[in-house]
Order: sequence, then structure tokens, then C-alpha cells
Amino acid sequence: MNVRDQHAPQFESPPPARRRRRYLLASGVAAFALTAGLAAAPAAPAAPAAAPAQAQQAQPAKAKADGKTLTVALAQSVDSLSPFLAQRLVSTSIHRLMYEYLTNYDPKDNKTIPGFATEWKSSADKLTWTYTIRGDSKWSDGKPATAKDAAFTFNKMMSDPNAAQANGSFTSNFKKVTAPSDTELVIELKTPQATMVSLDVPIVPEHIWKDVKDYSKFNNDDKFPIVGNGPFTLTEYKTDQYVKLKANKEFWRGAPKFDELVFRTYKDQDAAVAALKKGEVSFVAGSPALTPAQAASLKGEKNIKVNEGPGRRFFAIATNPGAQTKDGKKFGDGHPALLDQKVRQALFLSVDRKTIVDKVFQGHAVEGEGYIPPRFESYFWKPEGDQKLAYDPERAAKLLDEAGYPLKGDKRVGKDGKPLDFRILCHATDPNDKAIGKYLQEWWGDLGIGLKVECLDDVSVPWYAGEYDLAFDGWSVNPDPDFVLGIHTCAALPEKAKESAATDNFICDKKFDDLYKKQAAEYDPAKRADTVKEMQSWLYDSGYMNVIAYPNAVEAYRTDQIKSIKTMPEASGNIYGQDGYWSWWSAEPASAGSGGSDSGGGGDDSGSTGVVIGIVIGVLVLGGAVFLLTRRRAATADDRE
Amino acid sequence: MTAESTPALVHSAAADGLADAGPSAGRGPRARNTKAYLRYAAGKIVGAAISLFAVLVTSFFLFRLIPSDPVKHMTGGRPVSSEQLENLRREFGLDQPMWQQFLDYIGDALSGDFGMSYQFHAPVVEKITAALPATLLLTGTAFVLFTALGLWLGTRSAWRHGQKGDRFNSALALTLYSVPSFWLGLLLIIVFSVGVGPIPGLFPTGGLESGSESGFAYILDVAHHMVLPVITLVAVGYAQTLLVMRSSLLDEMGSDYLTTARAKGLRDDVVRRRHAVPNAMLPTFTLMFVNLGHVVAGQILVETVFSWPGLGGLFYEALAGPDLPLVQALFFLFAAAVILANTLADVLYPLLDPRVGR
Repeated sequence: MNVRDQHAPQFESPPPARRRRRYLLASGVAAFALTAGLAAAPAAPAAPAAAPAQAQQAQPAKAKADGKTLTVALAQSVDSLSPFLAQRLVSTSIHRLMYEYLTNYDPKDNKTIPGFATEWKSSADKLTWTYTIRGDSKWSDGKPATAKDAAFTFNKMMSDPNAAQANGSFTSNFKKVTAPSDTELVIELKTPQATMVSLDVPIVPEHIWKDVKDYSKFNNDDKFPIVGNGPFTLTEYKTDQYVKLKANKEFWRGAPKFDELVFRTYKDQDAAVAALKKGEVSFVAGSPALTPAQAASLKGEKNIKVNEGPGRRFFAIATNPGAQTKDGKKFGDGHPALLDQKVRQALFLSVDRKTIVDKVFQGHAVEGEGYIPPRFESYFWKPEGDQKLAYDPERAAKLLDEAGYPLKGDKRVGKDGKPLDFRILCHATDPNDKAIGKYLQEWWGDLGIGLKVECLDDVSVPWYAGEYDLAFDGWSVNPDPDFVLGIHTCAALPEKAKESAATDNFICDKKFDDLYKKQAAEYDPAKRADTVKEMQSWLYDSGYMNVIAYPNAVEAYRTDQIKSIKTMPEASGNIYGQDGYWSWWSAEPASAGSGGSDSGGGGDDSGSTGVVIGIVIGVLVLGGAVFLLTRRRAATADDRE
Repeated sequence: MTAESTPALVHSAAADGLADAGPSAGRGPRARNTKAYLRYAAGKIVGAAISLFAVLVTSFFLFRLIPSDPVKHMTGGRPVSSEQLENLRREFGLDQPMWQQFLDYIGDALSGDFGMSYQFHAPVVEKITAALPATLLLTGTAFVLFTALGLWLGTRSAWRHGQKGDRFNSALALTLYSVPSFWLGLLLIIVFSVGVGPIPGLFPTGGLESGSESGFAYILDVAHHMVLPVITLVAVGYAQTLLVMRSSLLDEMGSDYLTTARAKGLRDDVVRRRHAVPNAMLPTFTLMFVNLGHVVAGQILVETVFSWPGLGGLFYEALAGPDLPLVQALFFLFAAAVILANTLADVLYPLLDPRVGR
């Protein structure tokens, strides 16, 4: 067709072929470079839109040169940098570093110690609390941090529901908050409240936040560095990628030892573990813990320490006590047999916690006893003697006989002639639930009880509709137990049927409620702890909530980057997700040159040299592959001719 | 090679079309043809608009079918009072009756407002435009590369079908195609990022940038971070194009017009490049547009393994909530991209092959 083609020589020598090969190679490389370049261009301006002031931040590069950067790999990404909105652990952990709270927790034993307030006292009627605010705390823009800022923060939360989204539960009992002077904060309460020494509310600077118009839409990420007074100052944030914080050298408790702290998002935990092995990150927080396989793979590695400490979570099985609303209207379809305490206790008598810890948690957990995990020493309670529902299938069988569920054939049958069959709600996203479900089917099957394990991505709908018999349950416990106890009171029940509410498991009992009120108004720590233990004892006997295990915190860090770091509790505890800023504030950098040379990585430290080498090799590999393929093709073409 | 040869094809085929059409009502055949094409294109575009609206409606109901409680999920494990839960529900509009929520959603969506993300307290449109460039960069690059690679290897395979090279190519492509992308990604991280034995760790383990570079170094840094995820996407993705290209070229290879071309004394390469490939391109062209539509959707698994801050990861986070406004908008965007790419293919197709749309 084409004139040129018709006149082309029939037997062409190699040159045009080679020319085309070169052309192909060049166009391939050009296409790659072009798309990379073109697409990088829009990516670049889009980033500053999220963090406009980052360009002015020249310090990070310098800090890195000093080798005093601590990089932490986290699975979560930040939901909001506003302390009034943030719900995720990553965000609240960062707020701990950015802002002061009135009080803090002793890393040794979780007891309350001074924070933004140096001392505090309550009035005789228990309704007025006076805090003395320290005079040596300054905002990062140089202005003094005073009691007025604290009063502003609390008043804002009390007057604007949008500012109460994240921490409103702390101020709902407040009547009036004032700051008579720069160092004095007075809070008046409606009723006595024992949590006044554990108000986990970040105090924000009034001169910055008073201009915020809509607290429900302000994410505190439009101006960097973000003004704060904690041990670190947030200097840079890139959505879904990283958060950078700079050490506050003037922090009143002493400057952090690392110059820079970076929280990097690694959405895949195996990739995060790889980054730790390489040395690209100094620390990997498990989400919620490193898996047994990951921990095992890291244990033999040089310069890596796996930290395993008691966790703050409990893993429990809850039984439906008969769902009801606040005014006593029953709903849901919980199994009536579970309304009998003997049946509930029989179930838990036939759960072998040791097997679950050994086989399911593979040793990375502690057998469950009381409601509050042992790391919170002062509130920890455990059943002794006869009270303890240890693994005892025979006693369980006896209890079931007593309750009127005799064994007929291999099934337990009730008075109505129906066999005893339960359902348990399981989280489809949690492999532990499924594995434990299998064990329960076996153990309860031996007793003559049928069990259907119902796994769902989101269990909250059947849960709040009361449409379950049993459920896998678990909470992360704070140093102050008020919240995890409050979710079992009648006041937490829903107003309307099937509506979600603060209640965990529809428990509503007068004795428990009275004890709850008593502890909430008790300002003497020892007496309060006694009441809290009494509540746990009641909860244990009730069989509504049976704690199976306390999963450990399993995390890992590089010892050639971090020389030492405080765990909480100090003797043996966790590093990420502490109550307080102890870990990152106390972390000491390993001196340069101590190890690391053989770790193979270099990663961040080698900086752009590594980048260049990487790219050169990438291009060479790509080019080589293309070249080889074209060679092959040329060769076969020659063969044909 | 396509650009060079396509006009020839269009011309000859268009000429056929003209001959068939014949004169009518005093108007030129060309004008009539253009009119027919416009009617065809308009039909396609109206169809696309209807599909888009259907997707908009579906996106509202689809994610409400999943039983879930966004407020409870969002505050999960945190000390929140019943009052706080109620306030959040009111803020999100979840206390409104379903039909009211639906009307609000459609009304706002038609004016380009997809509401506020529950979890991120930011406009959904803002969240999406922030994550879109990263996804386009990654999947766009991969798309160009795997399409080019697939076309090239597919052509080579078909032209020498049955030979060792063809069998090797097809087998390799199919093997890589069946490999789970996250597994391949993880493997690449372990081998080329951490380093195994004599292989040094050359590439970063994840993310889009190291966060310390600017200017040209920043571009290099991003390219450095892109190497492994792009290789993963290309390796898993090129088989489709290869196989479609290979089979459609095989269909053409027995055709008489190729024999004619050869009889004219054309070189084998020229016969392939000028005559066979352009005709075999048509099915591949459709596939390319389907793939192009998917570029926007990103790659949830690969983005997760490489911690790439794109739409795939955002969609995953939105679904977990579910963050209804975000999940609805993303679903709509992904579906819209595919619909638009397909419509574009439909509209362009008659230009390549005039038999379509007549």
C-alpha cells in the first residue's frame, strides 16, 4: 500500500532492526520517565495543599544528619489532629506528645502525678476542685501557658457540643470552670467525681483556638508548627504518610533525647517488620500486637529487641443478660437459659484458659481472672478459693443438672424438651475469635451444649439489637477504671430498643450500680480501689462477663538506633500506646557507630546516595530486561531468515 | 506503530462504508455518515449519564445494606457517653429518616457536594482529591507499562506462536497473572528492599517519599519509591493485554489480506506492523479502556502492602467504618471512571472501525 514499503529492499540488513530496537528501548524509558514526571508534578502541589507550611521546615533534614531521628512504624493513619475530634489511638498518642494534660500517670505504677497542674485539692463537700497550674510551661510560640488556657479548653467543651465529640464524657458532670489567676484553675462539679485526677483532656492554647469557628470541621492541620507545650512540637504532617515532631528543648520535665520523632504509616504489618529489619524504622508497634510468627522471626535478629509486656486489654466472653432499655423494656432474642446464673457459670467452668493462652495466643497472653488487667496493680482483683471458676467440666455438668438441663443422649435438654443450643457473636476480622470458637464448640459440645459461631465484619448491629446469646468482647483499660465499669451500669442502657448506647452488654443491677456510684464519689484511692475490686467480684460471679485472657503487647525496636526506652509499667510493660509520653520522651539514641554497619540497610541515613544507586540499578535492570528480550527477538528473526 | 498505520486502516474501511451507504435525499454521504455517528455518540453519552445516575442511587443503598453502626465503630474502645454518641449521630444526619437522608444525598451530590467524612471530619471531595494524584501516579505508570509490555509481547508471541518463545512468554505471563499481588509485593520487599544474601536492599519498604527531599531530589525519591509497586502491578497486570493481543492477532494471521501483502513482497516485519497488528488492535483497544477506567480505582492490595497513600487505601479505611459519605463518593468515582472510559471507547471505536455504530 505504502509507496515507501513497496520500494523497500526485500532483504534488509540488520541496521533498521537494531535502529528499531533502540527506538523501542528509548521510547520505553521515555514513557516511564514521562509518566513518572507528569504524575509527580500534580502529586507535588497536592501535598502542600494538605500541609502548606511544610516548605519552611528546614530542620528535619538537619536533625536527620545528626542521626537523632526516631522513626516509628504504625498501622493506623491519623484521623484528625484536633484534640476535640480525634478518636484513634495514633492521634491521641500524638496529642499526648503535643499538649499537656492537667495530670499524668507515673510510669512505675500508673498512680497520678503532676502534669500541667503541680498540685490539686478538693473542697470538703467534694464538689469544688482547685488545681495549681505550673508557671514554667510555655507554648511553642513563646507565650506562657496558663490556667486560662485550661479554663478555655474545658469551657469550650462544655458550651459547644462539637468540641465535646472526643472527650465530652470528662466534662459532662462539670458545672463551672474558672481561672481566678494564671496559676489557679477552679472546677465546680454537679456531683462528686473521682476521675478529677485523671482528666485525659489535652489543654490547648486559647490564643490559637479562640478563633476557630467550627470545631466539628477544624482538624488543626492548616498551620505548622502546631502550637503546643508538650515534650514534642508537631512540625509536619502528610495525610496517610507521616507525622513529624521536633523535640521541645524547653520542656519543663527536661528535653527529649531524640531531636526528631517520626510516625510513619505502614498499612501492612509484614512490610513494617521488613522496614525494621532493614533499619528504615526504629520501632514497630503491633496492631494490636506483632503476630507470634512476626515476633519469632525478629527474635533471632541482630540489633533487634522484641518487647513483650502485659497489655492493657482484656479478652472476654459476654453473655446476654436480657437486653433492655433504660425504662426496662425488654428486646432482643437472648437465650432464656442464660438468664440462669448456674448455666452461665457452667459454661465458664468448662473453658480451659490455659489451652487458649498456649494454643491460640501462642503464649503471648496471660490467663484471664478479674475484669481489670494485672498491669493496673492497684485495681487488679482475682478470684480466690471456691469463688474461682477454674477449668472443671465435672462441676459444670453438675451445675447444669441442678439448673434443670439433664443430659439426654448426648444433648442437654431443658424442661421444654428443647436441646440447649447457643450462638456466639464473633468478629470476622479477628482470627483469635474464630480459633477460640472452635475450642468452645468442642468443650461445650462435651457438656452436651451446641454452639454456633456467627462471625460478622461488624457485630455492632445484632449486638445492640440484643440478638445474641454470647459474644466475644474486649476493652482497652485506662489507669482510671471509671469508664470500663460505667459501661455495665443501668445508666448506660439505650433510651430506645436497638439503639447503640454506652452499654457494653446490657447489664443492669442495683448492687453494681450502687457500688459504681460509691467508687465515683470516693476520693481516697485505697478505699476507691476496694470498691472497684468488690465490683469486679460481683461481675465475676454474675457470669455476665468472663475474662479469658489478657493479651500481651508485642512490639520490637532496633537497639542500634534506640539505646534505651521506658516501658510502662517500668518493670515490664508496653512502649506504644502508654498513658503518658514516657516512652518517646525517655528514648535515648544509640551512639552513632555502635552497630548498624552490618545491618545491611543504611536506609534513611544514606539518603540521596541510596536513592540514586537504587534508581540507576532499577533503570539498568529494566534496560537489561528490554535489551535481552530484543536480543532474543532479533536472534529468532535472523534464524527465520 | 499504531499511530502510523491506523489511518490507513480507517481510510480503507471508511471507503467501504461510503460505498455501501450510497447517496440519499440530495445530501452528501459524508454528512449523513457524520450525522449517524453523532446520533450514535449521543446515544452512548445519554446511556452513560443514565448509568451514572443509577450508580449514584445504588451507592446510597448498597452500603446501607451492610448492617453496621458507623458511630459505634468510630468511637470503638474509647470512653464515650451516650450523649456523645447521640451528638455524633445528629451531626452525621443519621438521626434523620432514610428517605430524608437519601434526598439530601442526591441533592448535594448533584451539586458536587458529597458531604463530610465521618472519620476524618473533612469534606469527602477534599479527601479524595488529596489521595487521587498518588493513585494516578502509581496505577497510571503501571497501566502505560503493562499495556506496552502486553502489546509487544502479545504480538511477538502470536507471530511466532507455538515456538519456544511464545510458550515461555504465555506461561510466564499466566503464572504472574495468577500470583496474588500482595504476596508478590511482599516478596519483592523482602528481596529487593530488605535484601537477601548477596542482593542488597535497594528500594524503600513503603510509602511514597522519605519526607526529607525537595525539588528534583523529591522527584527522584518518589520514583525510587515507585519502582517496586510498579513492578508488582506490571507483573500481575500485563498478562491480560498479552493474551488478548495474542489471540486477536492469531485470528488475523490466516487472513487473505496478509497473504496478499506478503505476495507483494513485503517484509515479514512490515506485514505484521502495518497490516496485521492494526486490525488485531481492536479488541485490545477495548481492554485498554477498561483498564484505563480501573486506573482511578487504584489497587487496594498493592497500595496496602507498599503503604501507598492512594484511593485504594482510602476506600479500605472508608469501608471499615463504614464512613458512609466517603465510601459512597469513592464507589461513585470508581464506577464513573469505568463508565466514562467505556463510553470514551464506544465513542472512539467507530473512528477506528467504521463497521461499529452504523
